[in-house]
Amino acid sequence: MATAAIHNPTATHHDEHHDHAHHHETFLTKYVFSQDHKMIAKQFLITGIVMGVIAMILSILFRIQLAYPDQSFPLFEVLLGKFAPEGRLDPNFYLSLVTIHGTIMVFFVLTAGLSGTFSNLLIPLQLGARDMASPFMNMLSYWFFFTASVIMLSTFFIESGPAGAGWTIYPPLSAVAKSMPGSGLGMTLWLVSMTLFVASSLIGGINYISTVLNMRTKGMDLWKMPLTIWSFFLTAIVGLLSFPVLVAAVVLLIFDRSFGTSFYLSDIYVAGQALPNEGGSPILWQHLFWFLGHPEVYIVLMPALGITSEVIATNARKPIFGYHAMVYSLIGITVLSFIVWGHHMFVTGMNPFLGGVFMITTLIIAVPSAVKTFNYLATLWKGNIRFTPAMLFAIGLVSFFISGGLTGIFLGNAALDINLHDTYFVVAHFHLVMGSAAIFGMLSGIYHWFPKMFGRLMNAKLGYLHFWLTFISAYLVFFPMHFMGLDGVPRRYYSFTEFESMNEWLSVNVFVTWAAILGAVAQVAFLWNFFYSIFFGEKSTQNPWESTTLEWTTPVERIHGNWPGEIPTIYRWPYDYSKPGHSTDFIPQTTPLSETMSSNMPHDFEGNEEAERIQEEWNAKNVNNTEEVK
Amino acid sequence: MQNLNKEVDRYNLQPKKFIMWLFMISSIIFFAGLTSGFIVYSGDGVGKTLNVALPQAFIYSTLVIVLSSATMHWAYLQTKRLKFGNQRLGLWLTLLLGIVFIVMQVYGWSVWTNLGVFFINSNATISFVYAFTFLHIIHILAGLIIIITALISSYKKLPNVINLFRMEIASIFWHFVDILWIYLYVFLLLNQ
Repeated sequence: MATAAIHNPTATHHDEHHDHAHHHETFLTKYVFSQDHKMIAKQFLITGIVMGVIAMILSILFRIQLAYPDQSFPLFEVLLGKFAPEGRLDPNFYLSLVTIHGTIMVFFVLTAGLSGTFSNLLIPLQLGARDMASPFMNMLSYWFFFTASVIMLSTFFIESGPAGAGWTIYPPLSAVAKSMPGSGLGMTLWLVSMTLFVASSLIGGINYISTVLNMRTKGMDLWKMPLTIWSFFLTAIVGLLSFPVLVAAVVLLIFDRSFGTSFYLSDIYVAGQALPNEGGSPILWQHLFWFLGHPEVYIVLMPALGITSEVIATNARKPIFGYHAMVYSLIGITVLSFIVWGHHMFVTGMNPFLGGVFMITTLIIAVPSAVKTFNYLATLWKGNIRFTPAMLFAIGLVSFFISGGLTGIFLGNAALDINLHDTYFVVAHFHLVMGSAAIFGMLSGIYHWFPKMFGRLMNAKLGYLHFWLTFISAYLVFFPMHFMGLDGVPRRYYSFTEFESMNEWLSVNVFVTWAAILGAVAQVAFLWNFFYSIFFGEKSTQNPWESTTLEWTTPVERIHGNWPGEIPTIYRWPYDYSKPGHSTDFIPQTTPLSETMSSNMPHDFEGNEEAERIQEEWNAKNVNNTEEVK
Repeated sequence: MQNLNKEVDRYNLQPKKFIMWLFMISSIIFFAGLTSGFIVYSGDGVGKTLNVALPQAFIYSTLVIVLSSATMHWAYLQTKRLKFGNQRLGLWLTLLLGIVFIVMQVYGWSVWTNLGVFFINSNATISFVYAFTFLHIIHILAGLIIIITALISSYKKLPNVINLFRMEIASIFWHFVDILWIYLYVFLLLNQ
């Protein structure tokens, strides 16, 4: 059987032209340099999980420093060597930990791990395509990502340590190698790694867009696509329009660092010595960076929202409330995400009028976000809810989206932000609304589509344990930070509890650190469940969640090319759950209206008069029959 | 034509062509980012404007690249008419003109450095000009590689649908880098 990336269901001879279908699959072509979208999705997922665990361990390290600033942990010196002399974290290494934690979580886990996994897995499966538009580019995308990951982690093994200027790498700190150890070789490698990462994201994203627009199966018009696909599609568009700007900014930064230009640098003294650079503007970096940086948070969040829509509708056994509103709110978020970047820069001496403009655009984002929240709640309302682990995580996302989103309204207001800027309030805000929410969306997707990836089910009991521990600890970790921020505690400080006005927060730090450790330990339940179930989990049926979408019509064996015969045709939208008059509580998208005469509604025919006439005839006959029976 | 369309479907070419368009969009955004960086920078204060005349060489390089677009288009038309000898001639000409363009850009840099207008400059608008031209040359190099693949496939005995497809990709991308340069040049002239 061919593995051809063909979407035309009438073409039967798709083996003759294919260039890698005929030699036998070896370990290398099947598991390593695979061009099958399902395998690439799994590669992204497992790399993302590994990176996520590493970034989580980094966060535990700096949490321990924050809770016990005076204590020495000999184990640290054993593990970290001179990054923790005498068992206490080096202040520069602390900054590196914060930087790399942020970088890995935002880019490597929640961008590549989330989009990379689920876009790759679901776009061809839910749209009815044999593979991506360019399977080769898809493979390239993964290997760029893998190389970027390796380079990013390799910076822990160089003498000056990893980059330390924060994940936003603001110049001049990031541009002047002499300014701190973390701005030396570690920063150079950070830039190399991120350049590869952006290349990976762009190659992947371009492929997703092209596949969604060109390779849908027969009958799958845009308004019959599941919301997952809408969110992956719009996420890829956001990435396509914002990542190149980061590359432009990084190229200029590299010129400043390595060639001595002055794009971002001016009037700088390092250790009493004036630098030759003159005339540059560090604010320029902020403009260019946040033009990517803000859309990036929606790149992180939107796939999670899409996954949640799908999981909530399936497990509430109800059609998603306001399908069109869901799509338009995603489009609204996509458009607005490009005109709000200035709200990260209220304290840069920005013209207050311009600040006001950015404030208004920022607050408008609350509208589509609220539409989505209300629609999730309305979908859950009076549903026959099945509390699968995936469903719990999806509901968890809604919870974090609300509690984290509310503080966004505080921070979007320039007058309040000037007070709260760079405090723990910001840390609390984005860890809830984009960190926890997005990771819960991702975990929800993992539990839900695990059978599609590995043909087996994950253990539900361990899933519940994982959910409750993670959910509770996430709130215990991030909620107290709001109060610290309101008190003016600055983020990224090595030991702010040394300040007399802030030393009362030490007890809260201890509490937060132990909550974080609880959350980290809870992930063991997930990791065990995930890796154990790959090999020994309960075998899955073809459609374990009784879902309507197309991916569950593929065989459990996950063959190359996805469907053994012709690709199925689509006849209806993806949310026909609990449709009145039908015998089961879900109707797959592949079921024609002619087979569901008892449940068809007038609007199902989309103005097709012939079909309406046939339905009316059937209705007339059917009503008569029922009367005769009576 | 019906047959050709089927072939295009069979080789999955339509989505691949679309990928090329999307790549160009990302490239446009990249340069839009750079040029808006220029605007933000030069709007910042006195003495931060482009106060040196652009090298004359840039006018001639513009003419060269426009000419190369013409030869490229001719090669494309000849391929459609199945005149493969002319296709190769057109591609070789385009390749040559592309290389001449790079040489002239580098010559333009040397004119400036001889005047003492260096890349490393306290007026970053000058550095921007070097950066724009350098990053554009990288795109030109990518274009040359695509032209070379089109050339190789024109010498091989490949199905014509593949040959024509590679030709189309090469021609789309080459016109794009041409227009990109004209945009950058006009942008710099307007900000002089």
